[in-house]
Amino acid sequence: MDDAEVVILWGSNARAAHPIFFHRIIRAVRRGATLFCVDPRRSESSEWADLWLGIDVGSDIALSNAVAREILANGLENREFIERATLHFGEYAQSVEEWTLERGEEVTGVPAAAIRSLAHTYAKADRAQLCWTLGITEHHNATDNVLALINLALLCGHVGRYGSGLVPLRGQNNVQGGGDMGAIPNKFPGFQDVESDEIRGRFEAAWKASVPPRKGLHLTQMFEAMEEGHLRGLYVIGENPAESEADVNRARGLLEGLDFIVAQDIFLTRTAQMADVVFPAAADWCEAEGTVTSSERRVQRVRPALRPPGEARTDSHIICSLATAMGHDWGLPAAEEVWDEMRSLSPMHGGMSYRRLEENGGLQWPCYDEDHPGELFLHSRLWADPPGGPLAPFTPVEWVPPVDRLTEDYPVRLTTGRHLDSYNTGVQSGSLKSPIRIGGTIDISPEDCSEWGVSEGEEVRVTSRRGSITVPARVDESLRPGLVFMSLHFPEEVDINQLTIEAWDPKSGTAEFKATAVRVEKMPAPVG
Amino acid sequence: MTQPETTETANTVSLTIDGSPVEVRPDATLLEACRQMGTEVPTLCYLETLTPVNVCRICVVEVERNRTLVPACSRIAEEGMVVKTDSERVRHSRKMILEFLGSSVDLSAAEDEVGEWMEQYQADPARYGPQSEPTAAGERGRRHPGHHGEVNGRTAEGVHQPTKVDNTLYVRDYSRCILCYKCVEACGIDAQGTYAIAVAGRGFDARISTEMDLPLGDGACVFCGNCIGVCPTGALMFRSEWELRRAELWDPDAQSVTRTVCSYCGVGCNLELHTQDNRIVKVTSPQDHDVTSGHLCIKGRFGYDYVQNLGDVDRSSIDEVLAAARRPAPE
Repeated sequence: MDDAEVVILWGSNARAAHPIFFHRIIRAVRRGATLFCVDPRRSESSEWADLWLGIDVGSDIALSNAVAREILANGLENREFIERATLHFGEYAQSVEEWTLERGEEVTGVPAAAIRSLAHTYAKADRAQLCWTLGITEHHNATDNVLALINLALLCGHVGRYGSGLVPLRGQNNVQGGGDMGAIPNKFPGFQDVESDEIRGRFEAAWKASVPPRKGLHLTQMFEAMEEGHLRGLYVIGENPAESEADVNRARGLLEGLDFIVAQDIFLTRTAQMADVVFPAAADWCEAEGTVTSSERRVQRVRPALRPPGEARTDSHIICSLATAMGHDWGLPAAEEVWDEMRSLSPMHGGMSYRRLEENGGLQWPCYDEDHPGELFLHSRLWADPPGGPLAPFTPVEWVPPVDRLTEDYPVRLTTGRHLDSYNTGVQSGSLKSPIRIGGTIDISPEDCSEWGVSEGEEVRVTSRRGSITVPARVDESLRPGLVFMSLHFPEEVDINQLTIEAWDPKSGTAEFKATAVRVEKMPAPVG
Repeated sequence: MTQPETTETANTVSLTIDGSPVEVRPDATLLEACRQMGTEVPTLCYLETLTPVNVCRICVVEVERNRTLVPACSRIAEEGMVVKTDSERVRHSRKMILEFLGSSVDLSAAEDEVGEWMEQYQADPARYGPQSEPTAAGERGRRHPGHHGEVNGRTAEGVHQPTKVDNTLYVRDYSRCILCYKCVEACGIDAQGTYAIAVAGRGFDARISTEMDLPLGDGACVFCGNCIGVCPTGALMFRSEWELRRAELWDPDAQSVTRTVCSYCGVGCNLELHTQDNRIVKVTSPQDHDVTSGHLCIKGRFGYDYVQNLGDVDRSSIDEVLAAARRPAPE
């Protein structure tokens, strides 16, 4: 990142959500890098940008396609890379042909000159990083949004080289590790397919047990299965769906209808309060041994600094005890033993012994054996001659607007995000006595405030097609007319997920938290 | 290729330090050259992760054919240089600096080395007379160039003033500030890019200030704590540490430090949890950790209360639940 010539933050307010990563962007900017921010809000990150592209919520694919068309129309694509390392270029070029700068401006709200500037600067750079976060993925077409960005990187050859790449910024300290470890419905540790007989056979041999041959359900599908009545019990570890789910009234109703809930958490969260059994868990990052994996695929060790309170136990202790209670004696293995078993089955973690993690301050996968230094970046094979492994496909993607349409009754776009000093539903950050806490507000542009006659701090009613809440208004100059913003941090005061939509991306299961249609109304004056 | 290219630089620079020859890489500073050969040079305003501002002058060394002493932290080594790190001139200069600082600033919470240097260089701050009266709260913050009072010749002029406690996370005790600029650099150009603080005033009235001397929470500050992370004298302190010290409960001998990973976003910042009596009392990050260079954000630095604000812990037993799991479910 430090050595990039161009950095694009697309749907990411890293200054607030990934502050220490943003230090690296500052370093790159000081070395002369050009920074673009693509964000509906003129965010704290955008204040550092050479150019801010104030995109209309949910028009990312339109913008990406317009950028691609501008690159192609000017012959700025990386022909050498496209020919050596990619597939389906012709089909892709044809799919973006209609996306002229003018059409792009019309759909995205970004001036044509700004689209042109981003296209030319990105395409001409030697080293360019394209970073994104939930502004790209919390949409009903999340996967298509990501593919649209991947297409741009392939078009310019900005992948698989030092200083050039695609950078999805992870929002949680181990969301990468969770996926890597197989805490997703269709994979074993190391992204190995559950439905492959050969791979499943290896795990079954090691575990001396049979493993169901079909993939499971992801969170959104689980709620659908609850609705259809064939999911009746739930074991929830470290998740708070009774507050974090989109269209949360529906989610709560479905959770209440279950026969049995087990919750394992460090707090009696709203979900845990609904549970039949609660296992009090230790806070693994400071009360247990183990590892987490950061955005850059770096596996690092966590260590216990505190004794867990009361009878709280580490997650692995609880899970193993439960297995023993159910008739399978797993003992109580140390974290390192669990890790060593895992890396004996996941080739990409093979070389990551605790000793090496300690010595190297973490290692980045893939790390196949104990002589492998790990990989600073992926996909360098695409530059080998000939490229090792399969070629990288372009994937034409169609722009589809957000599901929750703006209409006369719901004319305002509500989007969501994080504040610097807060985190998700506030379970962790709520007790931080922050001098800069904004609290639960609806942020409104100065223009809309004056048009609606709303002033700072005034309670307003916000209504979507699913629910209605009252919330104090906050004037925010980073917003444009027609766009309002709320954080998810204060569900007890401001239950924003009563408003959000359950529409979700069929490929990844992420919900469209970023695009809700609402109307904002002044509260009636008190009678008398 | 999976690692960045490195440029091969075969040439080195040869110089002499305290009579011994040493070879260093071309852009090395005299401080780095000294450290390379194991020669200790005291530093106050220098930190590996910050741009040298060479204001404290404690690291000065003598370079042959140079009129003045030079700051080792920022002077680049040159071919054939002859350097003395412990000459009479150097020792005298360091002694004077330590005396001026010691007579005007409260160094009692400074890094341990400061006390050791005081002895090593036979610095005697007391010879400048008793401490002058502390200024009233806010007074130094309002001074303009040339407006301070006359020196009386009997007391040692100082920067003593009431501690600023204007927010929940930081305490600023500018009686302890030696104006090393580290906090300004960490807040501004070298890490955080927030520029909430800078040096205001001139000469002896110079001090670290927020814009218009506002309380921290009313200015640009985002409470990352990176200024506190680099402060060498305890002028900037976490409120948690300050409260424990005030209650005489701060006990470094009873503390341990555990390295782990922050529980918030996915950047992977390493934290050093300083614990005492099974409570986190301070959070830092290792300077040599390449993700953070020692810098954190408000969540990583201060967002740990949730693991220890426990109130009455529920004593319901996991074992009972597990025992129940062994029983067959009722029909």
